[in-house]
Amino acid sequence: MADIHVRVQHDDFSLDAELARLADPLRRCGAIASFVGQVRNDPAGNHALTALTLEHYPGMTERSLHALASDAAVRFALDAVVIIHRIGTLQPGERIVLALTAAAHRKAALHAVDYLMDHLKSTVPFWKQEHHGAQHRWVDAKHADDAALQQWQAHDAAR
Amino acid sequence: MNAAGMQIHLLYFARLRDALACDAETITLPGSNHDVATLLAHLRQRGGIWASELSGDKPFRVAVDQHMATPATRIPDGAEVAVFPPVTGG
Repeated sequence: MADIHVRVQHDDFSLDAELARLADPLRRCGAIASFVGQVRNDPAGNHALTALTLEHYPGMTERSLHALASDAAVRFALDAVVIIHRIGTLQPGERIVLALTAAAHRKAALHAVDYLMDHLKSTVPFWKQEHHGAQHRWVDAKHADDAALQQWQAHDAAR
Repeated sequence: MNAAGMQIHLLYFARLRDALACDAETITLPGSNHDVATLLAHLRQRGGIWASELSGDKPFRVAVDQHMATPATRIPDGAEVAVFPPVTGG
């Protein structure tokens, strides 16, 4: 059984602290890979991004993250998976998300991080709102043509 | 389930919550045989912003008891049903 750890929190996280927390008593892990996402200053026209607010669906978020981590652990034979996602209002440069994996070998650990982030971005209920000064704008999903949408469209076409 | 119909606890998130000016409500639907498609048809009957936001022109998702749903997903009595825009985390 992989060591699975997911958290949704307002507070910042520390990669060092999460690395230190990884238990590997049998010394099986030859590889640890991580991704840290942070708030990028994406200007809207000539208005700088002043903040980003992250909202989520309490309950479903934690459930989805745990399911995703468990799925990745089996798929890539991971020994440990950590996903931490922040919520609330964050400033440019602040950390948003951590995906951390431990495996016997490098490629499994690296591919698993990519897999976690791709799926997190399309299946876990978080939403970003950009603040450009007094203007607030919900961020549109970048992959609106994903499978779930096609299912809706197929249903609508059949009506 | 009872003769008066079935209760559904609705939640709305992010841009949709702002557009509908509603974050949560409990409604009673007549009968005991509902899926996501019939629930959405009921909500669209309110007209106005409800009809335009839920028409399918703008993408949205539905979760039943915290699992992603399709139009054919059955809704049990007392279910928690969430309606929200495509997710944008990470």
